[in-house]
Amino acid sequence: MGGKVGRVSALLPLVLVPRAQPSRLAAWGSPLLAIALTLAAGFVLFAALGQDPWHALNVFLVQPLATVRGWGEIGIKMTPLVLAAVGLAICFRANVWNIGAEGQLIVGAITGGAVALMAGPGDSRVFLVGVIVAAAAGGAAWAAIVALLRDRFNASEILVSLMLVYVAQLLLAYMVNGPLKDPLGFGFPQSKLFESGARLPIILPGTRLHLGAVLAGLAAVGGWVLLARMFLGFQLKVAGVAPLAARYGGYSSRRLLWFALLLSGALAGVAGGVEAAGPVGQLTPSISPGYGFAAIIVAFVGRLHPLGVIPAAFVMALFYIGGELAQSRLGLPAALTGVYQGLLLFFLLACDTLILYRVQWRGLGVREA
Amino acid sequence: MIPRLRLEHVTKRYPGVIANDDVSLEVLPGEILAVLGENGAGKSTLMKVIYGAVRPDAGELAVDGQAVRIDNPAHARRLGIAMVFQHFALFDTLTVAENVALALPRGERIAAVAARLRAVAGRYGLEVEPGRHVHELSMGERQRVEILRALLTEPRLLILDEPTSVLTPQAVEILFGTLRRLAAEGVSVVFISHKLDEIRRLATRCVVMRAGRVVASVDPRAETEAGLARLMIGADPPAIARHLTPPGEVVLEVDALAGGEGAGLHGVSFTVRRAQILGIAGISGNGQAQLMAALSGEVPTRPHTVRLFGEPVGALGPAARRARGLRYIPEERLGHGAVPEMSLTANALLTGDGLHRAGFVRHDAAVGYAQSVIGRYAVKARGAQSLAASLSGGNLQKFIVGREIDSAPRVLLVNQPTWGVDVGAATAIRNALVALREAGCAIVVVSEELDELFELSDELRVMARGQLSPAVGAHDITVDELGRWMAGLWPGGPALGRPERAAELDA
Amino acid sequence: MDATASLIATTMGAGTPLLLAATGILVSERSGVVNLGIEGMMLMAALAGFAVTHATGQYWLGFGAGALAGMAMALLFAAFAIGLATNQYATGLALALFGAGLSAFLGQSFQGLSLPARSGDGIPGLRELPFVGEAFFSQHGVVYLSLALVAAVAWFLFRTRAGLVLRAVGESPASAHALGYSVRGIRVVALLFGGACAGLAGAFLSTVYTPLWAEGMVAGRGWIALALVTFATWRPARVLLGAYLFGGVTMLQFHLQGLGVAVPTQLIAMTPYLATIAVLALISRNPRWIRLNMPASLGKPFAPRS
Repeated sequence: MGGKVGRVSALLPLVLVPRAQPSRLAAWGSPLLAIALTLAAGFVLFAALGQDPWHALNVFLVQPLATVRGWGEIGIKMTPLVLAAVGLAICFRANVWNIGAEGQLIVGAITGGAVALMAGPGDSRVFLVGVIVAAAAGGAAWAAIVALLRDRFNASEILVSLMLVYVAQLLLAYMVNGPLKDPLGFGFPQSKLFESGARLPIILPGTRLHLGAVLAGLAAVGGWVLLARMFLGFQLKVAGVAPLAARYGGYSSRRLLWFALLLSGALAGVAGGVEAAGPVGQLTPSISPGYGFAAIIVAFVGRLHPLGVIPAAFVMALFYIGGELAQSRLGLPAALTGVYQGLLLFFLLACDTLILYRVQWRGLGVREA
Repeated sequence: MIPRLRLEHVTKRYPGVIANDDVSLEVLPGEILAVLGENGAGKSTLMKVIYGAVRPDAGELAVDGQAVRIDNPAHARRLGIAMVFQHFALFDTLTVAENVALALPRGERIAAVAARLRAVAGRYGLEVEPGRHVHELSMGERQRVEILRALLTEPRLLILDEPTSVLTPQAVEILFGTLRRLAAEGVSVVFISHKLDEIRRLATRCVVMRAGRVVASVDPRAETEAGLARLMIGADPPAIARHLTPPGEVVLEVDALAGGEGAGLHGVSFTVRRAQILGIAGISGNGQAQLMAALSGEVPTRPHTVRLFGEPVGALGPAARRARGLRYIPEERLGHGAVPEMSLTANALLTGDGLHRAGFVRHDAAVGYAQSVIGRYAVKARGAQSLAASLSGGNLQKFIVGREIDSAPRVLLVNQPTWGVDVGAATAIRNALVALREAGCAIVVVSEELDELFELSDELRVMARGQLSPAVGAHDITVDELGRWMAGLWPGGPALGRPERAAELDA
Repeated sequence: MDATASLIATTMGAGTPLLLAATGILVSERSGVVNLGIEGMMLMAALAGFAVTHATGQYWLGFGAGALAGMAMALLFAAFAIGLATNQYATGLALALFGAGLSAFLGQSFQGLSLPARSGDGIPGLRELPFVGEAFFSQHGVVYLSLALVAAVAWFLFRTRAGLVLRAVGESPASAHALGYSVRGIRVVALLFGGACAGLAGAFLSTVYTPLWAEGMVAGRGWIALALVTFATWRPARVLLGAYLFGGVTMLQFHLQGLGVAVPTQLIAMTPYLATIAVLALISRNPRWIRLNMPASLGKPFAPRS
């Protein structure tokens, strides 16, 4: 049954030769190569859509960075991505596949937004502390469901966290159509606008860049310290690659599971809260255009390294803004961004192969199979 | 006589190593050829070349005088070459008949395969039930399925890779009988082994491999064990230090330990004293893993089931037990005793409880400790930053042993101390254990290698079917008697009450 | 129309895409491969099916296009996860995200379109029977195809040599490789079958179940199908049961709304997802049982040295 198919692979002109040791050069070069390949694919895609590919790439990549305001927009998009991706990087390093960061982000937006709506017109910015804490708690609680089901019932965290994304989206829709609906909002499904006491202050004049970006930076540094310098981070890493060795060392896999999920849930929740209290300023059903899923890609492109996610988030944010500009200035569909994000992850996975294998050109021509 | 198989100048390279270097040999019909060499000598790779699982980079093969290129295992089977693997290529959730059928060419119905299976099994005295699922079978029964699967292809050349590592001494005799019968019928038998006494008992010729080359072809019956060992290592085998310190007071007590995964343990009780080595023999899978897990703290038990220096520690985890002087070297290096993807420094941190403080890793201290272990135990590695996976089996084992011994344990648990380790490293490890004992440590050694246990132990016990035999002095029991004990046949042991199984003597 | 008969009929319809997708997943997971990208594959197939049906007016061409789209996506997955031995979970995720993005992108011009009218559902003769006719025999042909497919897969897995080989590969690819079977070739074929099934499921959703195209219309059914195969412990008969059970749960929310139950629609809409979580929790409780029934090599990469 397998003989014929085996012969097909023997006809391919490329062959993978295993390396004696993983290539560190490839480990760090792979994301760069993947980004380059994605842009090349973008070039082809733009041409196929009837656009001048150089002009389109210019709109997509260069124009977002042309003004200070443009950089501010990039920073705004990077903020939730970095926050969520730091948590996911830690989670994935521990081999806990929290795919439902989107759901934790949404619930964080709900809880953070609910507290934000309690602010009155004269309340000071200290109120924000409550908003952020509530957002973190909401995201952590949503992730706690996943942790509980995995810990007590051994249920797959991939499927449970994913199902909870759909539940979270419906919950948000319910909230903005019901309990949190703006009574003066002409019936639109949205909450009241948050008072200024519950809005994140702008940190870069002339842009919309807000304090959330600082939180994101702190989260990245904190995540790095955890993984690189702390014993808990070491335990997480060992548990992620060798669970038996973790048991041998006496590390509690249950504690590590809960920690990883609660931390990434909290960070994703903060990402949601920061979006609501920052650029958006209210709760709407579309508070997250898939940031939780994009953060997964950011985590991988950032090599699951808390500091590496920053440049990765930059690239992803550029794709988002570039996509918006391509839509408004070139008339291209907004869904282009999603295509690029998927392509980036695929190219990254392909380029990662180079870490463990060398590619050899076998040459064309007839070969016995 | 035309050789059944001839290899000429066969070479196979892998990244970083030449597994087979210009190997030439031939096997005659009806001959039993042993291939002797220590771990890493290239024996398994050579067998894979013959079996078609691996293509050589250079060299020629000829079967019955005809030059051939063996493309894949199915082709090898068509040429009459069959292989019995060391790690059985069996499918647990399928039945015996289904497993056998998968190695035969298509077209035969399962029922027909089952019938043929019974016929061949009867002819060679290897009893088996075609309808049973493989996961229900013991190790010896599984090997029988492997052998029968090979026999059903009516081979003219049968290759066996370390066939006796999972058998009791008596089961080994049954296997040897089968192989002698096959040889008498004209089948060529090639078997890989590092057990010198078995090679001398069974083989008519022995090819010795070292570092990928064939270094000698001798008649093993005319050689001594020491002579064969010298050919295998290329030098005189090193000596083991003798025991001098008398044992002291009891430091480790185990009281009615029961349960655990799988068939579990039943009422295991024993004590170990200061400056004493307790050797536990037995085929893997009879409860050793559960015993080690319970003793090391990986699996908690009731507090008084395990007592360390009189203190009940059964409910404590590995770190707490380490703090009280108990250390453990697990059976598996990669993935259990060490993390393959991490550096030796990181692996030092794995059980290095003093190498982190207040939640922070003490990186320099960890590097220093790793370097000191590397130096003191002659671990061949590029440095403390080398990945554990880049070390050879022997070197990694030396590192792990050194890591634990240099932490000054007062009780040490070791499971298979020298499995898959070259002779040089094995001797170093055994000497380190003896030195530790001389310094007053109590050591529990679980091993499948009876030679090693007799060499190291003061006292011996056997594990069979989750039960522990009584203790006996290492000088007060013979290999044969120990073999019977390994089948559960000690006085009061688990095999009693099943006299018909006693004849089978299979664990 | 009798309410019970209608409930049965709509349950069968709702369960069919789950059944088709899950059957395909069953076969690929039996070979040891986890493809998390089913959701993306179904979205692409739904778009392809809708687009081709709209363009040609022929429903069976739409199903063909859906199956082909599913297989193309599966081939992409195979190129990475089998050909390059990438991490199966990450690759499947990439496929899901890519499929979602690509289908949203390509499907822009198909929003709001409708398909030509369709008639002739059901088995002539049987569909006129009272009660059972309406309940069981008035479905679209693909519903009956899905039932035949499950039966065929069950026969294939447990009664043919090829099925035995497939199960062996999933159980221990190292042993299968040692015996000379092409583990990677067999897995690619299993993945392609899974892709075709997911393709049929997607096309069914967009041409028969709700004849329209909308971004994200698969609404998590791909993920539910993955969960379904786990709680069916990789047995075809249980997959059938589970798919119809979930179809029933999905239908329940509409009937509850119809009955005027005073719960907000969004909360009722959560029921299929909450039900999935609940069943997952109950089924997974005994890890040994799962391990005994699961294809042992599921999700682990296989890169033989030769």
